[in-house]
Amino acid sequence: MAHQIYEAVVDGLLVGAVYGLMAVGLTLIFGVLDIINIAQGILVVLGAYLSYVLAVHLHIDLFLGLLITVPAMFVIGVAIYWAFIRPLRGPERTSMSLLASYAIALIIEGVLYWIFSPSLVTLNAWYVISGVRVFGFYLPYIYLFAAALAVLLVTALYAFLYRTGFGRSVRATMQDQTAARLVGIDVKRVAALTFGIGVALTAVGGMVYGATSGGFNPNSGYDLISRLLAIIILGGLGSIGGALAAAVFMITIESVVDVWSPNWAIVVFYAALVIVLIVRPAGLFGRSAVRAQ
Amino acid sequence: MTGGTRLRAPTAWRGGGVLALLAAVAAFPLVFTNPLVTTFGVDTLIFVGAASAWNIFSGYSGYISLGHAVFFGCGAYTVAITARDWQLTGNVVFALLPLAGLAAAVIAVPFGMIALRVQRHTFLVVTIAIFFIFELMAFNFSFTGGTTGVAAPFLAWQPGTYDDPFYYIALAIAVGTVGLSWVIRGSRFGLQLRAIRDDEGRARGLGVHTMRVKMAAFIVSAGVTGLIGGLWFYFITQVLPQSGFDPAFDLTVALMAFLGGLGTVSGPVLGALLIEPAQQYLTQQFTNDYLSQIALGALFLAVIVLLPRGVIPMAGEKVTWWRAQRPRGTAALLAAAGLRRSAAAAEPGAAADAPSKETAR
Repeated sequence: MAHQIYEAVVDGLLVGAVYGLMAVGLTLIFGVLDIINIAQGILVVLGAYLSYVLAVHLHIDLFLGLLITVPAMFVIGVAIYWAFIRPLRGPERTSMSLLASYAIALIIEGVLYWIFSPSLVTLNAWYVISGVRVFGFYLPYIYLFAAALAVLLVTALYAFLYRTGFGRSVRATMQDQTAARLVGIDVKRVAALTFGIGVALTAVGGMVYGATSGGFNPNSGYDLISRLLAIIILGGLGSIGGALAAAVFMITIESVVDVWSPNWAIVVFYAALVIVLIVRPAGLFGRSAVRAQ
Repeated sequence: MTGGTRLRAPTAWRGGGVLALLAAVAAFPLVFTNPLVTTFGVDTLIFVGAASAWNIFSGYSGYISLGHAVFFGCGAYTVAITARDWQLTGNVVFALLPLAGLAAAVIAVPFGMIALRVQRHTFLVVTIAIFFIFELMAFNFSFTGGTTGVAAPFLAWQPGTYDDPFYYIALAIAVGTVGLSWVIRGSRFGLQLRAIRDDEGRARGLGVHTMRVKMAAFIVSAGVTGLIGGLWFYFITQVLPQSGFDPAFDLTVALMAFLGGLGTVSGPVLGALLIEPAQQYLTQQFTNDYLSQIALGALFLAVIVLLPRGVIPMAGEKVTWWRAQRPRGTAALLAAAGLRRSAAAAEPGAAADAPSKETAR
């Protein structure tokens, strides 16, 4: 039993890193644009299907395929922003953009069902089926590779945000959009590129999700988005470090409860969110008044 | 807010329009006796009620809830489980409907106490999270029947007119909900809610007990939604976790209110009357379920991008603009135009036509 729990903790930490990557995309979009992209879940599934198509039809390795799917998802993200998010204005902008992204999710889900049918598919490669023993724990290679990639990308993202001029514009826009515009930052461009980056991260998340979830279909988007939303709320909306910490924390808890009862693991996941919100309405790392109405 | 209030429309005209609409709706199943059409009618009325109930909280307070399916599903499960455990059959089961509303209202208390503590954006996400908890509980508990759900008691009614009683009960609930929505909008309570929507901090500063007001609206809205959920269960004859707690329900009621006009009385009604038949038609038309989903999503996007404030408020603004642009004419012409405009104000459908009349001139 104890061994199973340790193994669940290790699994949770590794998978949590990947969820952290997806959640960072979502929280970054919120931070800059003040909108919650409900379509993030189905975009992850879209990323997984892109990897699937590349792997099955063109026999491209899953990790190499990311070189194609990440730019593709970036373009899709910028296009969604440009066509549907940018035109929204007025006091109800936040709610409207949320509903717009929900509608986009519905359309993508419908298209994916149409093309791929609801049958479950998985991504396969040698590193998905084989693993290695470390300190008595059996770890599939994909978990290790994915966690390593997630850590690498999060580091790159931090370097981008804190070491480049454009990154500084992004952080300035997150702090105060009006002031950012006043000092000459092209807020529209920052918003478009941030949306693109946030969506591009789903390509990576999707590939890993497809390889580790034991089968996905277009309906998996609901499961993903509800977890990601819980994670970013728990971490405090707009907080990148918070999203990472919350992702690892939540996925580890879920993984541990899963040892006893797979049915209730996901309920514990949401219950943890509710309990944290009762104690701290702004989330673990959220600044309470930063986005007051 | 609406064009109607600004256009000094005689109350008699508006009242007459509403009465005429009611008479037409009441006569509907007698004219169109095809049971399939009546089924569409019941579905539409259920959504007229549900969208109006949603609007009482979310439309007036500005807190968008995407968790109202919790109340809908709880209402359905409440009547389903009581009827099953007390072994009730026949028409007496309809006496359980108030219980559905009560159960949903009771559940709204802890739900609201958790969800309403947070800011507006977070509220929306918390409602989604709580919604998923309820759906998973319905799947996992044994008293809900798990994945097989609960079947409704058998009603020994004539197959040809089976839907007619449902139609009239749904109509009564829908009219009651719209009436309640109208009363609330004009009341002190409704004014406090709208003050919260416009500026919550200032409303609190002016002495509105914002938490109490929000909770009250949330509970009323939940109770009505639960009641409608109970009726829906008898109509559909079975409740499953994924149909009782359906994410599409959350989205559909929000879409209806947004299309018609968030925070107006007639907006959600108009939205439901437009969307539900359209959705049923699309499902019938495309044998492919996915195509109808894509069509619904595309319609939704078009509404948000093209009509961001909804049909009723935008039509009202058009009418006002048209009046301001109107060239001077003889008194008789003005009187005639005035009459026509009042009719337009009384009848939402006609008000929507106003812009096209203006271009025709």
